[in-house]
Amino acid sequence: MNENAAWTADREALKEAFPPLTQHEALVEATRCLMCFDAPCTHACPTHIDIPKFIKKIYTGNLRGSARAILESNLLGATCARVCPVQELCEGACVLGSEHKPIAIGRLQRFAMDYIYGKGVNVFPKPTPTGKKIAVVGGGPAGLSCAGELAKRGHEVTLFEKRNLAGGLSTFGIIGLREPVEIALSEVNMIQKLGVKVETHKEIGDNLLLADLQAKFDAVFLGLGLGATPNLGIAGEENILDGLEYIEQSKMSGHSLKIGKNVVVIGAGNTAIDCATIAKRMGAEHVTMMYRRTASEMTAYPHEYDFIKKEGVRFEFLSQPMCVHAKNGVVEGVECVHMSLGGKDASGRPAPQPVDGSHFMIAADQVVKAIGQEKPALVTRLNLKTQKGYIAVDENLQTSIDGVYAGGDCIRAVGAASTVMAVQDGKLGARAIHERLVGRG
Amino acid sequence: MADLSINFAGIRSPNPFWLASAPPANSGAQVHRAFEAGWGGAVWKTIGAPVLNVSNRYGAWHYGGQKMLAINNVELISDRPLEQNLREIAEVKRAWPDRAVIVSAMVESKPEAWHEIIKKIQDTGADGIELNYGCPHGMSERGMGSAVGQVPEYCEQITGWVMQVAKIPVIVKLTPNISNIVMPARAAVAAGANALSLINTINSIIGVDLDTLELVPNIGGKGGHGGYAGPAVKPIALNMLSALRTDAVVSQSKLPISGMGGISTWADAAEFLLLGANSLQVCTAVMHYGFRIIEDLCDGLSNWMDEKGFKTIPEVVGKSVHRVSDFKNFDLSFKAVARIDQEKCIRCDLCYVACNDTAHQCIDLIAKDGSVVAPGAYDQRSNGKEAAVHTRPMVRVREDDCVGCRLCFNVCPVENCIQMVEEPSGRASVTWDQLTQKQREVTEDWEKMKAYRDKMGIHIH
Repeated sequence: MNENAAWTADREALKEAFPPLTQHEALVEATRCLMCFDAPCTHACPTHIDIPKFIKKIYTGNLRGSARAILESNLLGATCARVCPVQELCEGACVLGSEHKPIAIGRLQRFAMDYIYGKGVNVFPKPTPTGKKIAVVGGGPAGLSCAGELAKRGHEVTLFEKRNLAGGLSTFGIIGLREPVEIALSEVNMIQKLGVKVETHKEIGDNLLLADLQAKFDAVFLGLGLGATPNLGIAGEENILDGLEYIEQSKMSGHSLKIGKNVVVIGAGNTAIDCATIAKRMGAEHVTMMYRRTASEMTAYPHEYDFIKKEGVRFEFLSQPMCVHAKNGVVEGVECVHMSLGGKDASGRPAPQPVDGSHFMIAADQVVKAIGQEKPALVTRLNLKTQKGYIAVDENLQTSIDGVYAGGDCIRAVGAASTVMAVQDGKLGARAIHERLVGRG
Repeated sequence: MADLSINFAGIRSPNPFWLASAPPANSGAQVHRAFEAGWGGAVWKTIGAPVLNVSNRYGAWHYGGQKMLAINNVELISDRPLEQNLREIAEVKRAWPDRAVIVSAMVESKPEAWHEIIKKIQDTGADGIELNYGCPHGMSERGMGSAVGQVPEYCEQITGWVMQVAKIPVIVKLTPNISNIVMPARAAVAAGANALSLINTINSIIGVDLDTLELVPNIGGKGGHGGYAGPAVKPIALNMLSALRTDAVVSQSKLPISGMGGISTWADAAEFLLLGANSLQVCTAVMHYGFRIIEDLCDGLSNWMDEKGFKTIPEVVGKSVHRVSDFKNFDLSFKAVARIDQEKCIRCDLCYVACNDTAHQCIDLIAKDGSVVAPGAYDQRSNGKEAAVHTRPMVRVREDDCVGCRLCFNVCPVENCIQMVEEPSGRASVTWDQLTQKQREVTEDWEKMKAYRDKMGIHIH
């Protein structure tokens, strides 16, 4: 196989898992929706999209209206349609779920979103300019949502993104079979069409100073996300690949990503599952996920766990890596120790303890770690008050500095970080900033 | 197993299901295959005057992903040569002596034209004749079809001509495109017809194409009214059937009635039988799914009859007719209230919004602590399935305020979740008719009405 053919095969292996609904499928599914009043799916959605409303509009053939109904509550509807853990949110709350099959809300949302992105339709009218300037730092879901919401209200918004492309984890960190790069970028493009100016390669604390932003703009929103993958602090760590980089490479330049034969993924969150999926689909013979606790404590969603089991990935629960053995930079195996669960630790989960004398080896030629991200590193340098290491904010998402707001993963001291929560933060932050600058409305 | 055979004005058939006079009964080959599939009879597509057809003949009404809730057509009577039809009718009848072969006819409104066609049909050996006084498009513009059915005098006159030469049973098929279906029926009775059938199709325009702004179906840039049929027309047909069955003149005549209009399932068929149809005709359902549907029509009807203890079709016919009445005879003291089974309720709140917005505002949303809450009362920052499901209020009917309108029952998507429960009203039975006779002033004066209601304890919500 030449390089191009291999790249095509890899793209194929990681192409979007669900095909788009056909028009007929969408109509049949929309017809099944009961149109609940004050619907529980809408309550369950962190952005409270009026789901019966957008589904009814699919049913009536008003796709532009349907897309607008979604975007009114959630500007990143196309991403959320793909990456949201719908089983835990809208679809989990569907009244048909108890005895029947819940409505495929995510896929219907994607149907409406695909329609407007396919047609290049703008659903929002041009607002009257307010003359107010706002800086949004970070081009991930929180920043994009906030920037878009503010632009919709007529503010002049500049979004600063440290990388070459905006979109944050949607662009770089979510496996392509759930969200292709193009989807994330089409949303960035839509936000730009709303009037947001995107400046890339601008990183706060580096070539961007908070004080300057405060001076030049009427308000600042920080959607900084989280920091790097933490160190395991074990021997041979330099031979371990970073999970987020692994995913990024598979999305942005798949042909350069070398996949091992025996891959060990350390961690059991959703990112770890994405890494294991990439390894398996791109040619690894054996993929093992290693986790120091058990299936009941893992942070991956239950449906993700079900998915990865079906991919043929092996699990090594109650195990922790102690050392990565390598010769001349070539990994040969992971030395591990078995764990047992003790009393509850600070996270409320049972604390794992190494079992004496239980060392064992797992053959591996590639080790990937996906054990979460560090707390936002910049926080202390920016002199912001923190809560458990995250940026502390008040009810209106305002930080300890007047006029500086924050949202997304960087404030998620309580609850699980997710795209849709970040979108909601961006929306609420935008609302608070708007009220601060021009009053209610 | 129930005996499904019928004897309809002397026409025998092994089951009550006949193909209606329509495209499915257009040719010998089709009727032959229908009989092979098990149909009890067929009313041949109308033969008579020469015609030419157009293309794009059928429009359809689709609803909620369900195709063809109704069909409409501008197809005329048979455009195949008369002699060919007659020959095939004779062949089919010879091949299927136990099935009912009835021939629908329509010719110019002249006695000699009718005499001629009736004689030709009789020569085929057919079991009966159906007079098509119903076709609402095309033929009516030429003074035939519904142009006859809409004028009782024409109906009587033409039926009279037919009866002068008819030696086999004659069925008069009525058009629903008339304000009182009883009038043409009485005319047919007066002229000595042997049976009635109804309904023919209803005048309709199926729709407009929103891209081209043309009518649907589009016939070279034009369109127009066509005959409407299919599941959507069933309630109209049942009402017209009941109107005939409760009319003194028609019921005294004891004429059998062949019922049709939206029969798609055995359950539809049973309803027609209960309201007095002696045989049943089917078209749209066959046009949608083919002749094979006869299997479940017979099987389902037979199973239902077994369950209910009916041994023959005549035992079923008209069993519900005595329940058909008019508003003035309904018991004003009968009381039913809606009750929601909380175990079955899935909390879709469709009953709540229907009652609250459009009925009598007697369903409440009750929170976990028992308090009445407004919709959407949750904290906007709350989310996730646990919060959405566990904090969702339940719906409860305030029975004292429920007028028993039955809207909630109709919108509820869960089988047997909302029941209309009969409750004693504490008032003696009285009808509007009786009230008019005994206390006329109450029915004519709002003040008297108020006094009557106060006395009787009738609260208006």
